[in-house]
Amino acid sequence: MTERLRVHVDPDKCQGHARCKALAPELFDLDEYGNAHEAGDGIVPPGLEDKAWLAKSNCPEIAIDVIEE
Amino acid sequence: MSDVNQPVAHPPVTDWVNDFDHTDPQWTEDPFPIWDELRAASPVVHTERFLGCYMPTTYEAVREIANDTEHFSSRRIIVRDVRPEVARNAAPPITSDPPVHKPAKQLLLPPFTPDAMKKLEPRMRAICNELIDGFIADGKVDAAARYSKYIPVRAIAHMLGIPESDGDLFIRWIHMILELGIKDESKLLEAVHEMSAYFSAHIEERKNKPTNDLISYLMKARDKEGNPLEDSHVLGSLRLLLIAGIDTTWSAIGSSLWHLAKTPADRERLIAEPALIPTAVEELLRAYSPVTMAREVVKETTISGCPVKAGNMVLLSFPAANRDPKMFPDADKVVIDRRENRHAAFGLGIHRCVGSNLARMEMQVALEEWLKRIPDFRLDPAGTVTWSQGTVRGPRQLPFLLGKAM
Repeated sequence: MTERLRVHVDPDKCQGHARCKALAPELFDLDEYGNAHEAGDGIVPPGLEDKAWLAKSNCPEIAIDVIEE
Repeated sequence: MSDVNQPVAHPPVTDWVNDFDHTDPQWTEDPFPIWDELRAASPVVHTERFLGCYMPTTYEAVREIANDTEHFSSRRIIVRDVRPEVARNAAPPITSDPPVHKPAKQLLLPPFTPDAMKKLEPRMRAICNELIDGFIADGKVDAAARYSKYIPVRAIAHMLGIPESDGDLFIRWIHMILELGIKDESKLLEAVHEMSAYFSAHIEERKNKPTNDLISYLMKARDKEGNPLEDSHVLGSLRLLLIAGIDTTWSAIGSSLWHLAKTPADRERLIAEPALIPTAVEELLRAYSPVTMAREVVKETTISGCPVKAGNMVLLSFPAANRDPKMFPDADKVVIDRRENRHAAFGLGIHRCVGSNLARMEMQVALEEWLKRIPDFRLDPAGTVTWSQGTVRGPRQLPFLLGKAM
């Protein structure tokens, strides 16, 4: 059985590179300044797990956590 | 004042590790082996040139410095031969430190979000195609002079609401500030004065007749207390947008085309899989990052175990960080489908490039439109590729032959 994933952006680390929004638009939203936060409660719908890991591994500020629940 | 005008001669470098110089012709031509040598020697190296300057050589050391605004100030962001008095409102927010930095930065961010860039994209595609129309029939082109240069010039002019036809003027100022200005103070001052006069006229015009562009946007902006920005702040930010927005992206597009001209396999793959272009753009940004920034050490500290003393400058080489094999497997190779890419081409920390979304959009559109119309091209063996010196690295002469090789 696959674990459920949840993404979280640390707002103190995010500098608005917006890589997560480009790579996983379903999982992240940007505010008016272009800084990222997780969409909704951050729960990764089935099938988007790969995108969650991709977003994490492309964040230059290491601001994204992918939590296995 | 007369000595201020004397450019300083730089003797050729023979000992890179203890005497590096990012304006040396060897660095300009091919910096990559130099960076590898410096990185092998130490995570932080030092030169007596430029009145004393460190350079972090690893990704980790670059990150440490970029995130440390207590010991490293952004009040000087170009490593030069001289350290004249720092002007207030030089070019906020790039020349600002906390706590002044954040409000100045937040002011500039909304016009540069990815959504804002999407609105600009159709105009960018049209600009690229107009430029290509101008030379495609010739069978050859200097792609730096006739394509990569004008894409950011026109984009930023369009956003600022100033005539796209003034582009050559902007390019002259940028050359004087970022290249000649490293060694010749008078050139830098001349350019800054001309720019200020130019923008002051545009600001005056908008005082009676506000427009729907970035200049009016800055003039309408209010700080937390509800006060408008000082004229010097508006001018400084306009200077920044013009300087930072042009030769940087010009360089990135030029380097990308240079790579594709000499790498048919990558070119063919991107033509077959255009959806890969955004990923390729990130890799080209990593491998050929154009922008090297600077900091000034304001308080003694230690970086990656190396002592760093106040009063020195720091050459903050994001391009060298992006070639660190500890961070990037096959760092010296362009892997156009690289999946994990935490490159620092747009900086790290609070000074992340305000225009990164604009630059990415311009690069993607520039490559897409070029490859659609010119799938086959190569370096012209009769010509010479030349590279800019100093703070921003990219091809300034990029002679191509267009069409299939005979």
